[in-house]
Amino acid sequence: MRETRARPIRVLLILTAIAVGVIVLFMTLNARGRWDFILPFRGMKVVSMVLAAYAVAVSTVLFQTVGHNRILTPAIMGFDSLYILLQTSLVFSLGSARLTALDPRLLFGLEVVTMVLFAVLLYRWLFSGTSRSLHLLVLVGIVFGLLFRSLASFMQRIIDPNEFSILQDRLFANFNSVESDLLLVSFGMVAVASLAAWQLVPVYDVLALGRDAAINLGLDYGRAVTTVLVLVAVLVSVSTALVGPVTFFGLLVANLAYQVAGTHKHRFILPVAALLAVICLVGGQLILERVFAFDTALSIVIEFLGGILFLVLLIRGIAR
Amino acid sequence: MIEIAHVSKTYADTVVVRDVSLRIPRGGVTSIIGPNGAGKSTLLSLVSRLLPMTAGTVTVDGLDVTQTPSDILAKRLSILRQENRVTSRLTVRDLVEFGRYPYSKGRLTAEDRAHAARAIGFLGLEALADRYLDELSGGQRQRAYVAMVLCQDTDYALFDEPLNNLDMKHAVGMMKLLRRAADDLGKTVVLVLHDINFASCYSDTIIAMRDGAVLHHGTPQEIMTRDVIRDIYDMDVEIQDVRGYRISSYYI
Repeated sequence: MRETRARPIRVLLILTAIAVGVIVLFMTLNARGRWDFILPFRGMKVVSMVLAAYAVAVSTVLFQTVGHNRILTPAIMGFDSLYILLQTSLVFSLGSARLTALDPRLLFGLEVVTMVLFAVLLYRWLFSGTSRSLHLLVLVGIVFGLLFRSLASFMQRIIDPNEFSILQDRLFANFNSVESDLLLVSFGMVAVASLAAWQLVPVYDVLALGRDAAINLGLDYGRAVTTVLVLVAVLVSVSTALVGPVTFFGLLVANLAYQVAGTHKHRFILPVAALLAVICLVGGQLILERVFAFDTALSIVIEFLGGILFLVLLIRGIAR
Repeated sequence: MIEIAHVSKTYADTVVVRDVSLRIPRGGVTSIIGPNGAGKSTLLSLVSRLLPMTAGTVTVDGLDVTQTPSDILAKRLSILRQENRVTSRLTVRDLVEFGRYPYSKGRLTAEDRAHAARAIGFLGLEALADRYLDELSGGQRQRAYVAMVLCQDTDYALFDEPLNNLDMKHAVGMMKLLRRAADDLGKTVVLVLHDINFASCYSDTIIAMRDGAVLHHGTPQEIMTRDVIRDIYDMDVEIQDVRGYRISSYYI
């Protein structure tokens, strides 16, 4: 009993220390020039990375709890493709002139609301009924993802080239060019979503028992699933707006978290996954940028490792 | 009392439960028997709100199961399904403590822990309490799930084939335990059973289903006759009296 309680706390402390260390290193290593320029510049980068890492980790863990398996993630099920499609259709239908005239915070809010609406509409039926086979879920995810991406790229082809370049700017806000406005709104969104999410931590543990057991314990299953999907949609919107689509990053950190934490209680798994995501993202960026002097190749490394893990999990899951 | 009135369940064109009306009184052990595909498990799922019914109503102590908020029902009625595949890595104690969720909503009090400890003791799982579920044998795991249901401390406890995967020693142990839950703890126990002899020896009432409908309903003495069993299973069996219980030998 003592052992099972002490280990997750120890893991949490160690991971927090590593995460803080990585962030401090990222802020200070190889700093040539004036500190009053470097600190805000790098600080914004770190904040956006931490936000994105947190959003990806929490949304993936919650999504896997609702889906009752460790293979699916919001990204694999096409959530971020959906976000990109919504972005594209917004530029397509309204035109960039009207978009840039809008308050960016309002615009982002609008995008997130539409995203939540569509995500709940499209995915609720998959997860609130009786359990479905993993094959069906993966297939639906692939079809949805492909459909959303194709529709988006179709619209991008027939759009005015000027509009396209503005759209591209909006879609691929990388770490080096995050707008402070967007960062602030994202921070607010994540804070509100987190506040709601942490209230429900005992519910996730019950959800993880499976549909029948959860209903037996008095959970309003349909409502709980919808709530989690809303939270996931908000978090995916934020992470996709900040760093663009990353398919396998969430899969990597969520599975790592279950390995490392030594418990399946969400009050430990969620922070462990978030810390691991921060360490991977900030640490990876640190090594690539400062040690190897590469640029923006981190996503390739993460996707490579995550993709391999996905294949391994899929083969093992099917073999079982 | 569980009151089932004109309940039906249809999937597309197949009728799984056909206009079933039943009264299951408070207290005692009630067994539901019948051939495969008779709709026994489905009926149990309908009563416990795990499946929506196509027609009819089910009330538990006057509470309509489709209208009453789920968390209120969870303090009156619990169910254990046949397959329980939990993906989380949990200890026996973790699992049993989930039974307190309807009361504690995840924040366990000392009283909740005491309830869990009692349920673990009732099932004789003290030595295994801190072991993980995936390290246990099928029978031990089944006992852990039953402990969770008892920990939920509901007046009505429904079990869907609780003897699945148990050897004869553990099967007898499980039936004695459920009998004790009814006699000592005052629970109303409803079971789906495949072995009619267990139903005969341990229940107060037997409900026999076939093709989605209730065929017979009565005491073990009334159900365990050659004619009734032939009616239910299309089989000719011999019924013997063994120490006051009716036992059928259907193996040869």
